Amino acid sequence: MGTAGVSASCINMASCSSLKILTLLSLFLSPTIVETNNIEAKAGQFFSSGHTNNWAVLVCTSRFWFNYRHVANTLSVYRSVKRLGIPDSHIVLMLADDMACNHRNPKPATVFSHKNMELNVYGDDVEVDYRGYEVTVENFLRVLTGRLPPSTPRSKRLLSDDRSNILIYLTGHGGNGFLKFQDSEEISNVELADAFEQMWTKRRYNELLFIIDTCQGASMYERFYSPNIMALASSQVGEDSLSHQPDLAIGVHLMDRYTFYLLEFLEDIHPSSTTNMKDLFKVCPKSQCVSTPGHRTDLFLRDPGSVLITDFFGSVRKVEITTDTINLTAPMVHLEDTRPVRELRTEIQTYMDQLPVAEIIHQVKHTHTTNDNNRCLSPDFNPVHTSGLTPPPKHQVVAFLVADWCCLLPTSGC
Amino acid sequence: MAAFRSNIFMLAFFLCGFSVFVTGDFQEELVIKPLHSGDIYASFQFRTQWDTDFLLGISHYRLFPKSLGQVISKFSVRELHISFTQGYWRTMQWGQPFLPSPPGAELWVWFQDTVTDVDLAWKELTNVLSGIFCASLNFIDSTNTVQPSASFKPLGVGNVTDQRFLRYAVLPREIVCTENLTPWKKLLPCGSKAGLAVLMKSEKLFHSSFHSQALHIRPVCKDWQCKSTSWELRQTLNVVFDLHTSGQGKREWSLFKMFSRTLTEACPLASSSKVYVDITDNPQGELFELSPATPLVSQAVVLGDGRTYSVYDLTDHATFGQTHSLNVLLRWRAAEREMLRPLLHGERYVAGYGLQTGEIHTLVYNNHPYRAFPVLLLDTVPWYLRLYIHTLTVTSKGRDNKPSYIHYQPSKDRLQPHLLEMLIQLPPNSVTEVTVQFERALLKWTEYTPDPNHGFYVGSSVISALVPSVVAMDTNNTQERPLFSSFFPCKEESTYFMRIYTEPLLVNLPTPDFSMPYNVICLTCTVVAVGYGSLYNLLTRTFQVEEPSQGLAKRLANIIRRLRGVPLLT
Repeated sequence: MGTAGVSASCINMASCSSLKILTLLSLFLSPTIVETNNIEAKAGQFFSSGHTNNWAVLVCTSRFWFNYRHVANTLSVYRSVKRLGIPDSHIVLMLADDMACNHRNPKPATVFSHKNMELNVYGDDVEVDYRGYEVTVENFLRVLTGRLPPSTPRSKRLLSDDRSNILIYLTGHGGNGFLKFQDSEEISNVELADAFEQMWTKRRYNELLFIIDTCQGASMYERFYSPNIMALASSQVGEDSLSHQPDLAIGVHLMDRYTFYLLEFLEDIHPSSTTNMKDLFKVCPKSQCVSTPGHRTDLFLRDPGSVLITDFFGSVRKVEITTDTINLTAPMVHLEDTRPVRELRTEIQTYMDQLPVAEIIHQVKHTHTTNDNNRCLSPDFNPVHTSGLTPPPKHQVVAFLVADWCCLLPTSGC
Repeated sequence: MAAFRSNIFMLAFFLCGFSVFVTGDFQEELVIKPLHSGDIYASFQFRTQWDTDFLLGISHYRLFPKSLGQVISKFSVRELHISFTQGYWRTMQWGQPFLPSPPGAELWVWFQDTVTDVDLAWKELTNVLSGIFCASLNFIDSTNTVQPSASFKPLGVGNVTDQRFLRYAVLPREIVCTENLTPWKKLLPCGSKAGLAVLMKSEKLFHSSFHSQALHIRPVCKDWQCKSTSWELRQTLNVVFDLHTSGQGKREWSLFKMFSRTLTEACPLASSSKVYVDITDNPQGELFELSPATPLVSQAVVLGDGRTYSVYDLTDHATFGQTHSLNVLLRWRAAEREMLRPLLHGERYVAGYGLQTGEIHTLVYNNHPYRAFPVLLLDTVPWYLRLYIHTLTVTSKGRDNKPSYIHYQPSKDRLQPHLLEMLIQLPPNSVTEVTVQFERALLKWTEYTPDPNHGFYVGSSVISALVPSVVAMDTNNTQERPLFSSFFPCKEESTYFMRIYTEPLLVNLPTPDFSMPYNVICLTCTVVAVGYGSLYNLLTRTFQVEEPSQGLAKRLANIIRRLRGVPLLT
């Protein structure tokens, strides 16, 4: 039983074989069976989830002020994920429009999730990685697959490896098989499934939790075919996801029902809680949500009852405390600084003149290098001959400058 | 023990062989200036000075943020100026700002002359900065970058000004919100935990008429002799609180009312931490009452005018009093006089009708009664507004005013924008109007933004000027002046340098109806289906005679007749 449990959750081959040897040895060598069971149980628990780091990709795909609730949805999941331990460097937050500092917001720099302005999910410490027009289908797929241009900064990349558990949350307007991005383009469920398959073949995730809160959300996970994906959606095909409550002071609906009850559920989770996914499936039943939330676990290898919420929403590190002393290697020797000592400059440096009028007027222009300007010039004023030589006398400077752009004036005869 | 002693010896040798000592200095200050319209203007300045030499390859980051230090060394940046602004500075109501900035995001950079490919370095630099500040600076590309030929001279020390190493770009559409303030605050040595930065709460800062945060990196003189240079990082935050939205209509301002916080301590890493309150209009306290009282008073020449300030020194524990917190309170007693008109002022608007052509008007006001001074006007217009430069006119007081210098670079479709720079001499007490006509281009349908009916922005014009000053300026660049008066270097006593920005323009381009492809497909398919279906039926349908079905009574009667063997009814 113990070895079977260990091998089922073993993904890394080296640790798997060494663990098998360890458990076999412990079976033969230890005097009591209770002690071996204890070690096996501990080892099994230690390697049960198999992940070492957590990432989150949170996307809001809607633009315009009346889609305030989608931004509030995404920010409430961001807030929960940050509270449970995932740092900003491991969160890729994409907001398609700015609601907090929108000119229609009566309380700037705030996004509320509960009416009567009870909870500000925007907060004072938020880092949005993709915002405004940057939230496109192309950028979203590039973030997932890792195919970004080389100059993309680190905060905009999903630098996950094969030991990462990734949470992907999408919200916006959707339909049967597609999700609308910024009212101008769409992503289909086939594209999404292919992107996840690319992630699997490139070993970019260990386990993936996909949550979507749109109308007919269940259609988005129908086409997944990569292993280790668990998906949740706020409504089935043919059903609409409804919004929760409007706030009369702000004038728009603040949250969607599914995410509202999800936020309530997550507020009770703390980093050491042992709530599992089966409780997450029960969030927002039909009586509260009006739509029927759905989930899909057939691609997931582990039993959902053994998967902790903090495996995806939090960043719980496995720590092993040891009382052994470890000898460090010999102290490092500082290298001598053999570079020549830089002499101090002796000339006095000054600040520049900000508007040197005389210098600007006498500036000899080197701008006639493009071909576009050649058609402007008459044979008399060929800049190839006049520029670069001795500067012309003062009374001719203004004439020269006038002549250079004379072709732009309606008068002819340059 | 022997290893330990040898390590200490190595360390001492290491330090002695190192001729340049890595030191730094951090100063912070807050200036509060009541404005004549009832609003209040608060300006934070944080200055970090860093003495280091990148060529030696050793960088110790103590006060200077590591992310910016790595950016400077990797991209060989000589000067970097970036600002994020929400709102427009109203010069006629508020006077001149200490540090001007245009609405949106503005970035201008001087690279070192060792850089071989300036455009590549610029592109990578904008991407790195977009990650540091959580802003969409990666939208800066060749279509909105220009290389000014005379404006934006370096603000730091140096003597080389090859304008090939200068790049300037502005994004007027850029939104500023808490996600830009968060990384900006994290660059400060004390963060937002101690010193003046505890006042920066986003809920109050963004509920204002004007909010601007900026970052300036440049080389400065290390001491008054100016034989060596050090890096200076200035982080500034300017905010104007409105009397009615933040002040509830009452003319009484305090730190708690403005920022919902009070000051409790200075930043422990700061060598100087001061709060200045402008009391020039209040010499005997007849206009407003300032509490708590402070004996320190400082005079400074700023923006060409001599101003008097009450100073609160936060490094002195006595400033915080019994309550261990400082809440500066200004309470008004009397109504204010009219303020003096600012000497230089700019406006800009679009004239015309329809979606084909238009006209850009830029007005520059010189309000000095008898002095004329030159201004340098820089205009960057996107390529989709095709300027007709032959219609460019510059008029002052009704007469033609020919600029002494013009630099015009025409645009290339989808590659580079228009660049127009002019040096104009403004006559005293006059309005100068610059007009140019343009035509709107039709973009390809993939080039429109997701909300094209909002319009397209044109960045602000930049007006750089040498304005005559009322009092003699201090040309001696010592370190003893307050930070807000020592940003622009002073060369002459009678004039000071100023830069103002006009409004950005919002222009509608001819926008197609994006639902038309769907409509056309539906309509065409319907017509084809109906037309083809009718024609097919007409050509292939044949008619056959069919017996009508009998009623129920007749059918029953026929069944009985069949059973009886009698002939059936028809």
